[in-house]
Amino acid sequence: MARATLEKRLTQPLNPVERVGHFIKKYGWGYAFVLPSLFTFTAFTLVPVAWSFIISFQQVRFNTEPKWVGLENYSDAFTTQSGVFVEALKNTLFYAALTVTANIFIGLILAALIQPLGKYSQTFFRAAYYLPAVTSSIIIALVWRWMFNTQWGFLNFLLGLVGGQPVKWLADPDIALASVTLSTILTVPATAIVLFSAAMGSIPRDYYEAAELEGASSLRKWWSITLPLIKSTTLYLVVFYTIASFEVFERVYILVPSGVGNSTQFIVSQIYQNGFQQFRYGVAAAQAFILFLLIATVAVVQFRFLRSDVEY
Amino acid sequence: MATQLIKSNKTGWLPTFRFKRVGLWIALIVTTVISLWPMYWLFVTGFTPTFDSIKTPPDLLPVHASLINFQRLFERAPNYGQWMFNSLLTCLSITFFHLIFDTLSGYAFAKKRFPGRNLMFGIILSTLMIPPQVTLVPTYIVTRQLGLIDNLLAVILPGTADVFGIFLMRQYIQTLPTELEEAARIDGCTEIGVFWRIILPLSRPALGALAIFVFVRFWNAFLWPLIVLQKTEHYTLPVGVASLQNIQNEGSPDFGVIFAGACLAALPMIVFFLAFQRYFLEGVRVGALKG
Repeated sequence: MARATLEKRLTQPLNPVERVGHFIKKYGWGYAFVLPSLFTFTAFTLVPVAWSFIISFQQVRFNTEPKWVGLENYSDAFTTQSGVFVEALKNTLFYAALTVTANIFIGLILAALIQPLGKYSQTFFRAAYYLPAVTSSIIIALVWRWMFNTQWGFLNFLLGLVGGQPVKWLADPDIALASVTLSTILTVPATAIVLFSAAMGSIPRDYYEAAELEGASSLRKWWSITLPLIKSTTLYLVVFYTIASFEVFERVYILVPSGVGNSTQFIVSQIYQNGFQQFRYGVAAAQAFILFLLIATVAVVQFRFLRSDVEY
Repeated sequence: MATQLIKSNKTGWLPTFRFKRVGLWIALIVTTVISLWPMYWLFVTGFTPTFDSIKTPPDLLPVHASLINFQRLFERAPNYGQWMFNSLLTCLSITFFHLIFDTLSGYAFAKKRFPGRNLMFGIILSTLMIPPQVTLVPTYIVTRQLGLIDNLLAVILPGTADVFGIFLMRQYIQTLPTELEEAARIDGCTEIGVFWRIILPLSRPALGALAIFVFVRFWNAFLWPLIVLQKTEHYTLPVGVASLQNIQNEGSPDFGVIFAGACLAALPMIVFFLAFQRYFLEGVRVGALKG
């Protein structure tokens, strides 16, 4: 009897109320657990991104209704103040190309150098390289500004030791961009060192032993075993440093606060100036989307170019 | 003859080996000095009275070390203590929210099945590529309409939306054995009980890395606090330290005061790093897992 009702119950289609109850019982906890994150994500990321996209086609001022202006903001982005944004794009690309290349190479070499060391000296050097990275970039930039000081700076002191003339590191428009770039290059790429040495450490010793039996030189081992096996780490780091260099702001804000002519304008400093000093929200939003587009394009190209074709 | 050949070969090999070893150490020490020099210079300048800092050649060792800059820092920037408190408050609140929210949703995305799960996770992941500068303008407009400009809540609330932690916790919780949860459920544990008694304790290593990652990230955050905080007493530490540059002494920046402020701001993070180094480096590694 009980069995018959159970069967009947199971074969009978559920009514809508039961169905909802059933759904909640089955999946409710999953939704409940993602709800808090989903709420903050929607409120502070998803909606602002969509809204920013809308604003990039509008003229938004305080106390007035937003007005649709089509692509005007995008063309304004390039033409206002006699095209300073174009200079900012050029400067940022210059900065990105040099710092990403330098960071990857320096990271690769230093990670390789600390690889053969014992456990404790490895930990020591990794910590020494990583220490500046936990310090706020504002503070690091302040120190660099002080070291770049024309009169009393440490760098001109070093130059003086070898008989050089003092250089106006941050005041000379021909040099300022190079100085900003130099300060980034001389800051050891901590993330690259940590990730490269982790990747190198996880390569099985057997590969090298097999290569040694075949009589491979250490350069050959490096080229044919190490480099291919850490390719995915390299790809990650290239994208990571590219994004970081496109978004550079703190360093520039401290080193050259008002800019040295147009020679030290960067993309994010332009967004900051347009949006929050001149309150031209539309133009700032348009420039932010141009930055987004640039980052996305470069990342896709890098993925295509560096993706490993060989699976090990 | 043969033994002699091997012998001479061996002695000929040894010097190059030594040479390589020495070269390696020189390279490591030189790069370490370059890497740590700004940190060293930061502390030397912070402890040297401005008067002794601005001269050529500079003293390479802190021969004039004194605490006078720190005393003057609190005279010239009386809000310094408040900045530190503000930074601590915002970072601790943001970290607290992240530990709970990210573990909850990371758990759901890793272990629960529900319609739309992969879609939601995909959308969250895809926004990792979007530069944070994109959201500046609308977030500012909303903050303004909510009347939160110049309020620490304006820094805390958007900080809770950082999606990286969700990804990190999902990756970690996926590696935990599902049998434990099932056993707990059979023993009559509720869903919240499973989360609280099984998932949370087992995630402790990942939580440590997440907490440090989030804390450091927001401790050093600059652009957004710079935009929304206006009164000096509401600044967070990085914004406050940047504003120290305006302190002048007889027409030139007062380097002693600026660097005393910078030293005090850098110190907690340095101590924190040296104490929890393993977790810091773990966080960097876990963060790159996706690759």
